[in-house]
Amino acid sequence: MRPFEQVVDTYGPVVLRVCRAVVGPVDAEDAWSETFLSALKAYPALPADANVEAWLVTIAHRKAVDVTRARARRAVPVEEPPEAAVRSGRPEDWDGDLWNALAKLPDKQRAAVVYHHLVGLPYQEVAEIVGGSTDAARRAAADGMKALRATYLEGAPA
Amino acid sequence: MTDVFETLPVVDEAADARLRARLVAAAERDGLLDVAYRTVDSPIGALLLAATEEGLVRVAFEREDRDAVLASLADAVSPRVLAAPARLDPVARQLDEYFTGGRRAFDVPLDLRLAKGFRRAVLAHLAEIPYGRTESYAEVAAAAGSPKAVRAVGTACATNPLPLVLPCHRVVRSDGSSGNYRGGEDAKRTLLTLEAA
Repeated sequence: MRPFEQVVDTYGPVVLRVCRAVVGPVDAEDAWSETFLSALKAYPALPADANVEAWLVTIAHRKAVDVTRARARRAVPVEEPPEAAVRSGRPEDWDGDLWNALAKLPDKQRAAVVYHHLVGLPYQEVAEIVGGSTDAARRAAADGMKALRATYLEGAPA
Repeated sequence: MTDVFETLPVVDEAADARLRARLVAAAERDGLLDVAYRTVDSPIGALLLAATEEGLVRVAFEREDRDAVLASLADAVSPRVLAAPARLDPVARQLDEYFTGGRRAFDVPLDLRLAKGFRRAVLAHLAEIPYGRTESYAEVAAAAGSPKAVRAVGTACATNPLPLVLPCHRVVRSDGSSGNYRGGEDAKRTLLTLEAA
């Protein structure tokens, strides 16, 4: 079995992208930390032929649900974010414009878009993670991408 | 097709460093840091130091493949292996003092789980060979209770998981030549010269 440090080396960055895209900039690092601590605990029992990336995304998904629920419990109503996000072209604009657009998606669509289009998991595995059928996962990802194109990619520099 | 996520950093080094430190702290708190390791520089090359919760479990030389050493720790001890320097700070400091001539013996908890049976008896005796002195393989065999097991002493020294701290470099051939060493014969001579000064 590979030393866990190598798992962090290999998958730490992609899991951080997943956490940022699914729960947003404020809670992403909590979600990442919870994910890797859980993974470290369970790691010795992981089957040798397991897909480590899909396993980590599965854990990250559960932690994202926890983080989102915790946020909902302590949420205070705030003013709606601007209707249409405008891309600034800054490399760091993910925590403004991209997250504004992702945050507007229903949770399941956002998760499906991230796990399929960012991580590259097939729809069958996306379905196993978010629940429901493979077709439902495909539709959620397609609907999510359509909404993102309309709100976020519209007017993007070519 | 435009990549929706292109603005999301692929690697964020500042966040990465922050998150690794946080993971190590949480793992230590929850008793999940089975093997902590770090590397230190020394006059005989970089040394990899690894410790369990019980104590120092492995000292590896630069010539040993780092990934292979970590993989064997994952197999023999636990795959919960993380780069976590703090646990190794005391031994790192003592090694530094040793190499600068200010320390003659090490005082850190040891975890001898990587050595079994007779090899362990040999390691126990190594700790009793004083700084600056040497013993022959035959003398060590006798001291460990098996005077005929000279070759086995050679194997025990060659596979010593805690070189430097358990000073197998002080075991030399009966003709006075230094003999083999896990860290290379040059390293062994360097250590013997240091201790003779």
